[in-house]
Amino acid sequence: MIKCKTSKEIGGMGHSKKRKEDARFIQGKGNYVDDIKLPGMLYMDIVRSPYAYAKIKSIDATKALEIPGVIAVVTGKDLEKYNLHWMPTLMSDTQMVLPTDTVMYQSQEVAAVIATDRYVARDGKEAVVVDYEPMKPLMDPFKAMDEEAPVLRPDKEGKTDNHIWHWEVGDKEKTADIFNSADVVVKQQMHIPRIHVASIETCGCVAAYDKVENHLTMYMTTQAPHAIRTVIALVAGHVGLTEEKIRVISPDIGGGFGGKVPVYPGYVIAIAVSFLTGAPIKWIEDRSENLQADSFARDYHITAEMAGTSDGKIQATRFKVLADHGYTDASANPSKFPTGLFSIGTGSYDYGAAYMEADAVYTNKPPGGVAYRCSFRVTEAVHAIERMTDMFAKKVGKDPAQLRMENFIKKEQFPWASPTGWSYDSGDYHAGLKLAMDTVGYDELRKEQLELRKEGKLMGIGISTFTEVVGAGPAKDFDILGIKMFDSAEIRVHPTGKAIARFGTKSQGQGHETTYAQIIAEELGIPMEHIQIEEGDTDTAPYGLGTYASRSTPTAGAAAAMAARKLRDKAKKIAAHLMEVSEQDLEWEPGKFFVKGAPEKSKTIQEIVFAAYTNHPEGMEGGFEATHYYDPPNLTFPSGAYICIVDVDPDTCDIKVRRFVAIDDCGNIINPMIVQGQVHGGLTQGIAPAMYEELIYDEAGNILNGTFMDYLVPTAVESPSWETGHTVTPAPHHPIGAKGVGESPTVGAPPAIVNAIVDAVHHLGIDHLEIPVTPFKLYKALKAKGYFGDNA
Amino acid sequence: MKKNITFKVNGTEHSVEVEPRELLIHVIREKISMTGSHIGCDTSSCGACTILVDGKSAKSCTLLAVQANGKEITTVEGLATAEGLHPIQEGFHLNHALHCGFCTPGMMMRAIEMLEKNPNPTEEEIRWGIAGNLCRCTGYNNIVKAIQWASAKMQDKELPSTEPEFV
Ligand code: FES
Ligand code: FES
Repeated sequence: MIKCKTSKEIGGMGHSKKRKEDARFIQGKGNYVDDIKLPGMLYMDIVRSPYAYAKIKSIDATKALEIPGVIAVVTGKDLEKYNLHWMPTLMSDTQMVLPTDTVMYQSQEVAAVIATDRYVARDGKEAVVVDYEPMKPLMDPFKAMDEEAPVLRPDKEGKTDNHIWHWEVGDKEKTADIFNSADVVVKQQMHIPRIHVASIETCGCVAAYDKVENHLTMYMTTQAPHAIRTVIALVAGHVGLTEEKIRVISPDIGGGFGGKVPVYPGYVIAIAVSFLTGAPIKWIEDRSENLQADSFARDYHITAEMAGTSDGKIQATRFKVLADHGYTDASANPSKFPTGLFSIGTGSYDYGAAYMEADAVYTNKPPGGVAYRCSFRVTEAVHAIERMTDMFAKKVGKDPAQLRMENFIKKEQFPWASPTGWSYDSGDYHAGLKLAMDTVGYDELRKEQLELRKEGKLMGIGISTFTEVVGAGPAKDFDILGIKMFDSAEIRVHPTGKAIARFGTKSQGQGHETTYAQIIAEELGIPMEHIQIEEGDTDTAPYGLGTYASRSTPTAGAAAAMAARKLRDKAKKIAAHLMEVSEQDLEWEPGKFFVKGAPEKSKTIQEIVFAAYTNHPEGMEGGFEATHYYDPPNLTFPSGAYICIVDVDPDTCDIKVRRFVAIDDCGNIINPMIVQGQVHGGLTQGIAPAMYEELIYDEAGNILNGTFMDYLVPTAVESPSWETGHTVTPAPHHPIGAKGVGESPTVGAPPAIVNAIVDAVHHLGIDHLEIPVTPFKLYKALKAKGYFGDNA
Repeated sequence: MKKNITFKVNGTEHSVEVEPRELLIHVIREKISMTGSHIGCDTSSCGACTILVDGKSAKSCTLLAVQANGKEITTVEGLATAEGLHPIQEGFHLNHALHCGFCTPGMMMRAIEMLEKNPNPTEEEIRWGIAGNLCRCTGYNNIVKAIQWASAKMQDKELPSTEPEFV
């Protein structure tokens, strides 16, 4: 049970307060971008390339322009006149807005049709005739690395190959020495496939440029409105759209998961067209466009190795990655971290040597590299380390739970310096795994497994005990396009004791309107119901880098607490003035200051706030407002212990998740109901890549499953009934001891599931299965081992 | 050739001019200006657009507006009454069955028809019953709970706890 410091009425941390934002959503009164309608608004649709790699010989818009209601057809050549045909990516690479001569991936934007109505815009799109000269695309990242491979980006000066960057971390020699002399080495090549966040709301915008005021209001699906405003100013400043002339409004967002961090060409084209026509332009993508052209996630080819002793002590790990970035490096990573936080891949275990390296390569696939509900590239890292830990356990013949218990970093070893340079803040991995094992009944299940096996039944138990790294990040190391990754909160308390608080982050379903209010309620004692939360409008909210990578609680949540504490300090001074005592004589309990030893003498926060406007001490500024920009001293390191039980049908290879127990540790909990909800959702987005989702391309560059008909987002049927729980190890450096949680389950679930499936069939000779583990893949693997005899 | 159609939306009669090819979801959202029903796909797969047509749940992206001529339509905007929220709305709120809220209107409309046909569904029946509606945020656990809660409420049965079981 979570102990709360505040009453239920105040509703500070630890209370499962129902969400404030629900009222509008359950009554159909949400305000998503496609709900916005402005006078004179025009609609934009986008002509896309059927080829993965082709020269554009000509674009003929004549027929389209003959359709009544089609206003304009915009091509790369049109944008080129204003130098708006390209844009920078978040990783300082370059990306076409619209091509002038070559298309680099299937479904790339080729031209935009502007019309009075969305149906007419679609008619216009069908009528644009583009003459292409197809070329042979480079789809295989390994082949793209070949010396003889054609160079995909001759537009980049001096580029003579397709290699984007090389990255490495750790002690190469020391690691190699350990590997050379180790008793046991396990090695596995694995692919973490290309997947798509597929939030149920796609991306879109309404760009509204006012010619008279030279002012742009941009309503858009963005997780980071402030950063986007800066990016727009960088791209369009030279045509007069400077940052003070841009207002980005991020309305209600129908799920983000990282996919709404980048700037997509559609946004920029809409802005350009609005700028040129003076009319508001609405662009809303279709689901198919969303899946086919918007940022992918993952696509890491990893060779993972682990070295250890024959009695099961992990000694070193070595990972080598080839990262397929598609046509440009449009990852959403902090600048100095081209592989994101992949170096967390040494995991939850106590050993001293690791070496990781990665190379990124261009191919003819859509650009991207967003997170899919995980902190930058952590899922890839966790999959590798947790699969290797299991393989190592199998190799030395130890129970995987036992082996983990023996290798865990102990709670007294924190802060723990990882061999790749992190300082893990806190954790109690033994407690987490023990709770998960007790909850699931681990020992009983192992016995059951042996019994079932005797009957020829296939059942597996899989574990994942992961460490996440979230809350980017400390300004000294973390920036995006040079902007430091702090975040902000501004609190204004009105004379009657009610408040509004604004943030640089942006909820996409995480429940900030509720949790931020609870943090402020905790610190100030004002009931959370009386605290209004606002985000997403760059004209009103303080600057911040937005919501992704589970960073909102670690950064903006901390900023809220710090700003509230500034106000509490001020409140103390006012209280002392009102009660004519010295500040030292006052004590705080949530909601009031009272005189030590005379608790009947007190002033409530509401009385104090009123005095801040009516009767404040001489020399003190009036009003009751505070702002804080929080620069975290460290990242936070949530952890989890997950156990998955699967039953595999020995005939059809159908895989059923019988149970899944997830124990998370995200430090102090603001709202248990919301944390649990986040864990549920993250787990379903964990089973998705483990068993169902993958964007598949053929050699000609065609996407084979670019619609919701064949890209398998789990329904309520595939998604098991999740069992959740938690341990609490507060983040020592965080003002409220919280760590961030929205993504842990997506990170931790896939290896638990795969470990379970492999565990079910390991005795049949299977050591590894690539995700998504489908029944067919499993069938083929078992068949190759002769499991079905000769005639299957 | 435009066609004139007349239909009731949440009890109010509307007469609108539509093209024969116009989808019902677009007409409801853009001509009737009820934007509570959403669009999440172009293949009839997600259910974000689910409404009731003569009491039956239907994906309004898969119906032409002309097919709604003479029909009675209920959207999420028509659920609450002067007395308050519909039990399914209350159930979703109290059980934290929504995060971003984008799938929620469609999910609730689907659940309403399901509960009418089967007032006491098992968990398995609920999961299969909403299998045409995708939610990317919640992981479905709490949606199942919300529907079970609404089922109890609609039959004046003892209400299940809405406290999270977060051990
Ligand atoms: S919009 Fe997806 S089913 Fe109707
Ligand atoms: S709540 Fe976001 S899609 Fe269901």
